[in-house]
Amino acid sequence: MSAEKKTLESRLLRGAHKTLTGLSPAIESILAAIVGLLIGAILMYIWGYDPWRAYIALFKGAYGGGYEWASSLARATPLILTAMTFSICLRSGMFNIGAEGQLMIGATASILVAYMALPTPLGQIVGLILAGTAGALWSLVPAALRLMRGVSEVISTIMFNWIGRWFVLWLTIFILRDPARAEKTVSIPVAARFPVMVRGTDLSYSIFVSIAFALVLYFILWHTTVGYEVRAAGLNPTAARYGGIRNKRTMFLSFILGGIAAGLAGATITMGLPPTYAIFGGALMPQLTNVGFDGMAVAMVGRNHPIGIIFAAVFFGGLNAGGRVMQFYGSNPVPLEIVRVVMGAIVLAMAIPELIRIIPAVKKQGTELFGLFKRLRKKNAPKEEEA
Amino acid sequence: MSWNDIVSLVRIALHAMVPLALTAVGEIIGETAGLFNIGLEGILLMSAFTGLLGAKAGGPYVGLLVGMGTGAFVGLLFSVINTYWKGIQMVTGIGINLFAMGFVAFGLIQLGAPGFHDVPIEAELGKVPTFMGAMSPMILVALILPFLVFWFLKRTRAGLMLKAAGEAPEAADVSGININRIRLYATTFGGLLAGLGGAYMSVAWLGLVTKDLSAGRGFIALACVVFSGLNPLLALLAAFIFGLFQALAEWVKTLPSKPIPGQFVSMLPYIVTLLVVSGAIGRVRFPKELGVPYKRE
Repeated sequence: MSAEKKTLESRLLRGAHKTLTGLSPAIESILAAIVGLLIGAILMYIWGYDPWRAYIALFKGAYGGGYEWASSLARATPLILTAMTFSICLRSGMFNIGAEGQLMIGATASILVAYMALPTPLGQIVGLILAGTAGALWSLVPAALRLMRGVSEVISTIMFNWIGRWFVLWLTIFILRDPARAEKTVSIPVAARFPVMVRGTDLSYSIFVSIAFALVLYFILWHTTVGYEVRAAGLNPTAARYGGIRNKRTMFLSFILGGIAAGLAGATITMGLPPTYAIFGGALMPQLTNVGFDGMAVAMVGRNHPIGIIFAAVFFGGLNAGGRVMQFYGSNPVPLEIVRVVMGAIVLAMAIPELIRIIPAVKKQGTELFGLFKRLRKKNAPKEEEA
Repeated sequence: MSWNDIVSLVRIALHAMVPLALTAVGEIIGETAGLFNIGLEGILLMSAFTGLLGAKAGGPYVGLLVGMGTGAFVGLLFSVINTYWKGIQMVTGIGINLFAMGFVAFGLIQLGAPGFHDVPIEAELGKVPTFMGAMSPMILVALILPFLVFWFLKRTRAGLMLKAAGEAPEAADVSGININRIRLYATTFGGLLAGLGGAYMSVAWLGLVTKDLSAGRGFIALACVVFSGLNPLLALLAAFIFGLFQALAEWVKTLPSKPIPGQFVSMLPYIVTLLVVSGAIGRVRFPKELGVPYKRE
């Protein structure tokens, strides 16, 4: 009787231990977020702001109510996709930091819908297809350079970001220019826009594009052979090659999928984010810049898992949306740029694999629990031998 | 293209070479020891900004020193994370870059106008008149330093220890070299040089700081390193080539006939970088343990 009870106890403990270690990635992400927010707070304090009030304003502005939630989700929409770009390439063992350029090219391609006068469902579909194709095409050259010449994708994708940025600027200024207003491109017609979901906010149905793509990628990565190959190639390329996986093919595939994701992200901005539905050429495209880079932070905090990324994107989207509120907050207006400082600090914290162990209190608890588990197992072990 | 044009082209190229050469040489030292720092872009940007603050407070030399200090501090942070804490080097670098983008944009707003800030004339490092026109004295530093580093890596015991830390950390550890510490020194010094390059951009060359002042230069410097195969002299050559193409782009933009739209001219340095890197790969070899954190068994 008592032995049975003990095994039950140990099984429960083992279960608890398992869930805790399973949760530890999430705990690490949360810890990194806290570290990032703290560093942001220190900087705000140094520049003479009140960090406490600033963060209250930020989080109220991000999650304080229905309107705020809608605005956070609207900011999260493209971030989910650009995070996928980074994470799928990381899954196959590459650092693709080209989401920025691919997003701009995709956004520009989706503008072409404006010249096509298509009815409602067709316009959106054609726009998405155009954007995804353009994004994939823009990632083709870095992928080919990596596979054929061994050029580090870190260098080539950054170079393509800059080339893409100038190319898009040229397109918006000379080719796709709105004849009525020279500073922007033609706007996407109402029929091809994603309708706004909640009136008065900028949350549109384009968020379903992001979530659907994330789910599709989740399915591909964990429930198909191709996805298995991608993950295996990323974990250990040599072993994967011995196992008969063609590494080059998986690399190429993840690059293309990433390009499609980034291109779609561009389309969700031009076709689904009020009020302009166009690209502004003059001020270096404020809606499009940094969405790709922020996506890397989202991917890291989401632990490169499609589902984790959705949650992380809502967090970062909230930071962006709340930051907009914070910068106009009465006597304590902290510029929006502090949000990117926080993001950078979060990524820095994420780079430390054993962040959890650097914090002693957490470490102590962890060892205590682990010790308890060990002792219990020791107690049970001799009995099993006797039996 | 007259003789005067060529002279001014070379002059601009030499000026554009300095941050690339300094950063690339610093990265060569770090990569020799086995750490791959892609946060150079962020170091350039941040030290350009802090260099501006220093120069406003105490003149150009203080500015350069503050820039170097910033670079060294970030380099130190990078190396602590990636040696003692066994961090992921790529992710750390990305974090530094993101942080720098936010930090500088935030700081510029605090200084007044969002987006850019001019360095006051009295805080700028003066240019020396030569037969080629006014040249920054920092060009001399950038020309001499690669030779010193070349000698250091090839001919000194410390240089050999650096190489050992990158090639065979286990063997070096057995022979009594503290791998983590030597990597720490290497990356901190590399960060210091990148910081000098960043401060040079704002204090001694362009005379202003913008949100995207570095404009991919950190990554172009990485391309120089790839091209050079960790030889500082070749890195200097590569930096000059990239500087030349930047100068060429500037020159084409000033042509009255405007043969090519300015946006395409601006792409030129990046396209050249890609071409050069894809041509250089294959004949260069990198340290065995580059990018791998050292763990004692």
